[in-house]
Amino acid sequence: MNGIRELYAQQFKTTFASMLQYRASLVIWMIGHVLEPLVYLVVWSTVSNSGGGSVGSFTIGDFAAYFLLMMLVNNVTYTWIMYEYEYRVREGNLSFALLRPVHPIHSDIADNISSKLITLPLMLIIAVILGWFFHPTLTVTPWAIAVFLPALVLAFLVRFFLEWTLALSAFWTTRVAAINQTYFVMVLFLSGQMAPLALFPSPVRVAAAILPFRWMISFPVELLLGRLTPAEALTGILAQIVWVMIGSVLLRIVWRAGVRVYSAVGA
Amino acid sequence: MNILRLFRAYFRISLMGEAAYRINFFIQLFQSLLELATSLTGLTVVFSYTGTLGGWRPDEVLALVGVYFLVGGLIGLVIQPAMEEFIDSVREGTLDFTLTKPEDAQLLISIRMMDVWRLIDIVMGVGVLTVALIRLGEHVGAAEAAAFGLMLLAGGIIIYSFWLMLATLSFWFVRAENILQVFQSMYEAGRWPISLYPAWLRFALTFIVPVAFAVTVPAEALTGRLGGLTILGAVALAAGLLVISRAFWKIGLRQYSGASA
Repeated sequence: MNGIRELYAQQFKTTFASMLQYRASLVIWMIGHVLEPLVYLVVWSTVSNSGGGSVGSFTIGDFAAYFLLMMLVNNVTYTWIMYEYEYRVREGNLSFALLRPVHPIHSDIADNISSKLITLPLMLIIAVILGWFFHPTLTVTPWAIAVFLPALVLAFLVRFFLEWTLALSAFWTTRVAAINQTYFVMVLFLSGQMAPLALFPSPVRVAAAILPFRWMISFPVELLLGRLTPAEALTGILAQIVWVMIGSVLLRIVWRAGVRVYSAVGA
Repeated sequence: MNILRLFRAYFRISLMGEAAYRINFFIQLFQSLLELATSLTGLTVVFSYTGTLGGWRPDEVLALVGVYFLVGGLIGLVIQPAMEEFIDSVREGTLDFTLTKPEDAQLLISIRMMDVWRLIDIVMGVGVLTVALIRLGEHVGAAEAAAFGLMLLAGGIIIYSFWLMLATLSFWFVRAENILQVFQSMYEAGRWPISLYPAWLRFALTFIVPVAFAVTVPAEALTGRLGGLTILGAVALAAGLLVISRAFWKIGLRQYSGASA
């Protein structure tokens, strides 16, 4: 256990150092992550303006609060592992990770969390500035805040396990771009990035509730916005726990099968 | 004419290179169709709640999406791959080989590398545009069509000059590709009419990264939203940027010392 803690501490230092070195990449990454929710916020604000100030149960202020919170929660749960793995397998870099005595997922988790420690404060500042432009309306209840934190942690785990497992498809094919794109389209619609799930027709809502996507981003946001009853919040947490379990089992199975077919392409 | 001849030659070389990897065609086809489906689904969701979006009717936004794919395909077909290749060649010193050729170096680096399968995006963009035009019917006359063609040309020139100037920066800063990535993420915002965005974002998308001239302005020309003054302005800007980027390229070239030579 001590070894793992040291590994995390060391990975923190490495990630910090490399992120401070590549400041330009950081800015570029942020432009993309701010612009996307901003575009949908503007689109939906325009729609509600022409519809007399609201769309469904969302007023313009609700949309502002929704998309700004989506931006922040997406930042917390986001991973880039799917781009990374293709490179690791193709270049044979994974061989070094396999030689280490700990599971390679640990250094990825540590890398992800430590880069979030840098990006999250920046995103918070941006959210405050954008909030000043877009006037979000947000009233939070104490119990929603209490449930929000565990929901956020679970959302991170659901997404991390799922995307880490999906990233392993690089073991079988060196062209993962098409797989990744398919996945991102599903995330766009079913995790509430394009529009609040409440605005979709009910088949889409049902699909979003069964599949893991809603539990990765939208659920913690809906919770903070006060759109869920305590019972719905509890069901959501349970769904998240189930998906964390499914994800960790899948991850183990796929990882074992993948390492067996890995022959270090290019190495 | 020389340009066309060289373009054809380089296109043939790229096509022959890619013909060995035919599966890439199907992967690109799949990705492009998925992208189109995503766009259309997004439009359907938005227009299920409203009749017009900031004054744009559904078919007009459809025309905008067509232009978005058409121009995105043009950038992906030749501008982006060629400029990325050029930046690499400055870093690695292989630009020497281009400079020794008897043709104009700016022309050569601008068309040397092509991602031929991105033609799919161009074809799809034209298809979407055609459908939108048929549905818009009598709203589009000869004047609009002519203005559209002119604005598409001006937009293409503006985007090309913009990329060329950014890529030319690599003569001074060896790692310039970062700036080009900013363009990619800002181009996404062009899927929707620029007029929806708040003033500061509109300004950024017009003058810092010229997405507006590439996508929105041609679509506005087609839907009869453009005044003569904007058309003149866009043409003047295109001509100006073409001259300025050429001059900037020549200044940059003087900086080049050839890493390998």
